[in-house]
Amino acid sequence: MSAQELAIAGDADVVRVRQAVRAAAVSAKLSLVDQTKLVTAASELARNTLTYGGGGGAVVEEVFNGLRKGVKAIFHDKGPGIADLQLALTDGYTSGSGMGLGLGGARRLVDEFTIDTAPGDGTTVTVVKWAR
Amino acid sequence: MERLPILKIGSMLLVSIQVDLRDDMVIALQEDLADRIVETGARGVVIDITALDIVDSFTGRMLATVAALSRILDAETVVVGMRPAVAITLVELGLSLDGIKTALNVERGMRLLSLGGAAT
Repeated sequence: MSAQELAIAGDADVVRVRQAVRAAAVSAKLSLVDQTKLVTAASELARNTLTYGGGGGAVVEEVFNGLRKGVKAIFHDKGPGIADLQLALTDGYTSGSGMGLGLGGARRLVDEFTIDTAPGDGTTVTVVKWAR
Repeated sequence: MERLPILKIGSMLLVSIQVDLRDDMVIALQEDLADRIVETGARGVVIDITALDIVDSFTGRMLATVAALSRILDAETVVVGMRPAVAITLVELGLSLDGIKTALNVERGMRLLSLGGAAT
């Protein structure tokens, strides 16, 4: 499967991103629990892109590490960025109306989690979940 | 916008979510349920999430909000049909859904509500 680019500009796009990540997770033969974790993380991150980043996009692709298959999803926006990353990753902290579980929760649900952000410079979050 | 149908069965309201939830639908459901509880005088709400393949923090918060607001409006909410993988993910995400009654399926959820109704 080649990388799939999806725009995130509205609520319906968050659903489309979830569906694309689900399809990739099935194709990479992730277990049902791992599929569910990855799709849930993707849902949180896509919503962040929309709500806090003012919209952006997602790239979903299958990745390989030797014989191991996995799914990588990248969420990017050109929004205000995150000034205090440590705080943003803390459970219960929210700068908006959410529960404050999005970023920290998403990190717990995946195998690899990297975030690239600077104030005024947008945010890019990359997650990977590997098949076991 | 597409809205989720709310069915009245006796003194209960039943919502069976069968579509991929958009955030705007989740917010509309919250408001519709509050209206319908008052309008019908329902004593219980059963939310069937059997068909949901994920519950993220947004949907989780809606379930908690519906449970809280129905309590204020003198009705009890039961969430039924959560898939095992969804339950595992919710706990890891950090959502324990404290204070939300759950049951395995619609039938058990409705029985739970009618027992509770008889006792109080």
